[in-house]
Amino acid sequence: MQNHFDLFGLPPKYSLDKAALERAYRQIQSQVHPDRFAHAGDAERRASLQSTTRVNEAYEVLKSPVQRARHLLELQGVDVAFETNTAMPQDFLVQQMELREALEEAKDSAALDSLRGNLRKEKRRLEEEIGRAIDERRDYPAAAGLVRKLQFLERLDEEIDAAYEAIE
Amino acid sequence: MALLQISEPGMSPAPHARRLAVGIDLGTTNSLVATVRSGVPVVLPDHLGRPLLPSVVYFSKEKEAEVGYAAQARQTDDPQNTIVSVKRFMGRGVKDVAHLESAPYSFVDAPGMLQLRTAAGVKSPVEVSAEILKVLRRRAEESLGGELAGAVITVPAYFDEAQRQATKDAGRIAGLNVLRLLNEPTAAAIAYGLENASEGTYAVYDLGGGTFDLSILRLSKGVFEVVATSGDSMLGGDDFDQRLFCWVVENAKLPPLQPRDMRLLQMKAREAKEYLSFHSQTNISAKLSTGDFVDVRIDAETFCSITHTLVQKTLGPMRRALRDAGLTVEEIKGVVMVGGATRMPQVQRAVGEFFRRDPLNNLDPDKVVALGAAMQADVLAGNKPQGEDWLLLDVIPLSLGLETMGGLGERILPRNTTIPAARAQEFTTFKDGQTGMSFHVVQGERELVSDCRSLARFELKGIPPMAAGAARVRVTFQVDADGILIVTAKELSTGAEAAVTVKPSYGLADADVERMLRDSFEHAREDMHARALAEHRVEGQRLVEATRAALQVDSPLLSSQEIQAIERTMANLEKLLPGTDHRAIKQASDALNRATEEFAARRMDQGVKRALAGRKISSL
Repeated sequence: MQNHFDLFGLPPKYSLDKAALERAYRQIQSQVHPDRFAHAGDAERRASLQSTTRVNEAYEVLKSPVQRARHLLELQGVDVAFETNTAMPQDFLVQQMELREALEEAKDSAALDSLRGNLRKEKRRLEEEIGRAIDERRDYPAAAGLVRKLQFLERLDEEIDAAYEAIE
Repeated sequence: MALLQISEPGMSPAPHARRLAVGIDLGTTNSLVATVRSGVPVVLPDHLGRPLLPSVVYFSKEKEAEVGYAAQARQTDDPQNTIVSVKRFMGRGVKDVAHLESAPYSFVDAPGMLQLRTAAGVKSPVEVSAEILKVLRRRAEESLGGELAGAVITVPAYFDEAQRQATKDAGRIAGLNVLRLLNEPTAAAIAYGLENASEGTYAVYDLGGGTFDLSILRLSKGVFEVVATSGDSMLGGDDFDQRLFCWVVENAKLPPLQPRDMRLLQMKAREAKEYLSFHSQTNISAKLSTGDFVDVRIDAETFCSITHTLVQKTLGPMRRALRDAGLTVEEIKGVVMVGGATRMPQVQRAVGEFFRRDPLNNLDPDKVVALGAAMQADVLAGNKPQGEDWLLLDVIPLSLGLETMGGLGERILPRNTTIPAARAQEFTTFKDGQTGMSFHVVQGERELVSDCRSLARFELKGIPPMAAGAARVRVTFQVDADGILIVTAKELSTGAEAAVTVKPSYGLADADVERMLRDSFEHAREDMHARALAEHRVEGQRLVEATRAALQVDSPLLSSQEIQAIERTMANLEKLLPGTDHRAIKQASDALNRATEEFAARRMDQGVKRALAGRKISSL
């Protein structure tokens, strides 16, 4: 399993130095990007395409709070199991139902703005909790549960995007 | 035999070794070609000093196609054979095109892409575009005094796969080595950003003749990063002409029109639109073929109100791009206006109100895309030494996915993913003993596949019979730096691998492109063999030079046997280069490519390591 943190020379931690990641990403891209090899031979163009693709993928994983956590847990041998483990705590599910109802009732951008504002706050809170579970307590099973929650909120965020588009 | 070139790594090539490279803006209404001369991007004019080439092609039975102003002059007396705005038809089927009924052409509904019946035979939009590109290529070669090493062709950022592939094919048919397809707003950002040494987040509002793009870019020293892009590939200045044309027909109470009268009034509408950008009112008058006179007066206010909904249509994509980028209006440092249609005051006003700041328009909106493309072509041709060049990070405009059960789309690569990108997903069989699996590749944001654009259907055969759910088929989407997609499917669970590669081609198979190449007037006159020989020689020579340069810098990455193996293959190619057997040269080039595969991979790894080492030193 490839370690995306190694690629950028970063420590494998949930709390991330975003500026360092960005710097490393750009420096690597400036060495391997296909624009550097547009006039080179097929072999180099292919190798460049593969390297850049891999660098882009790793960058995307590390930038995303859900995917970064999932990757860290996988490095620890813990499967987050989004697809198979859908059992969630009762109170969380009730809260999710309420949020989705609120989304269905939101008919203007002001209502969506406020819904999104609350959701983003909740997401940040969860991310901090995930950070503590992984970086400090090293309680990976607990972290996996939190990541599944965050994934739920992420989906809701995408639905809010769709709702904005629907009212425009 | 070529002399051994000795140069330090990173040194710029000697002046005589500069490769001739151009940027081409293949526009709906006008096209341009530009190049970088002594470090400055310039548009190359025709021999009368005119920078623009109207994107109009006239076909006749006897003569070669006429392109540009000459063709434009034919449009009212022979509208059916005078193709304007062909960009609207690129990669499109008959059902995709709006106002088809008011276009005076004879369409042929071909699978994938429509075709046009002309006096010179049935033409694909790709061939029509190639005629425009050929004229620009000739113009550049005459002006620069040599064969072009490569060209960058711009496309609207919101162009889908079909439209991109069609544009690339047109470049090939025109005999161009297409270094890259570059998104128009990104090209504008390069020209604009470098000119003004800008830093920060900018929006590029690009309303061309037939397409609308809105891109948000982060500009920082040496990096252009597209954060989000959106738009409408069926909205542009042409639609404003069309509104005005309909208004005239209605107000003058005209009966159904002849094709030539239709074209005449459409031209008058366009002139009136342009005039109204700078004046408060104008008259539209024409003598129709029926002998009737049309004479109506329109003021700027009326024009504004009949085109209000068109301007409003650009607001949705603006909001969406901001949302995708996770930004608010306040975080946008400036808005760059690109495309002739942004000259309309109502457009300037709407954009200014939306972003709450005056739009930037200090570069000619007609030329800025071509200038940026020329600058990128210069970098891609390797004319700029490292350190003086820049890095361009672009994205895919529309999500790419597969059809799953029940006609729903499964997103594999979401929109605004940075390219090049790849993503894989695994599927399994649902019947015992199933040996085949079919896939439907789609592009778009809608949940229902029927609302998305169908790119390709393919079948993976030869899956060994197994119990349902036991096979593991991995489907990989790979998008290259041009934004062009390749899909592969592979069965993983057994040793017997079945694999298939799909390059969506939208009714233009590689064989069609080959035929068009042969049919193309220019190539028919030339000896095909001589052309192939010249191409393979250039390619082979380039490969030898690149390999030698790589060996000079990175030979420590190889064992002495490996070096010898590469040198042997290279010597073989060099020996064949002066000969006349183009197939042998091609084979020797392919062999050298294969022989250097591992070397190339190691060089990339080393590049990564070098980048990180540099970072550590600089962060001390």
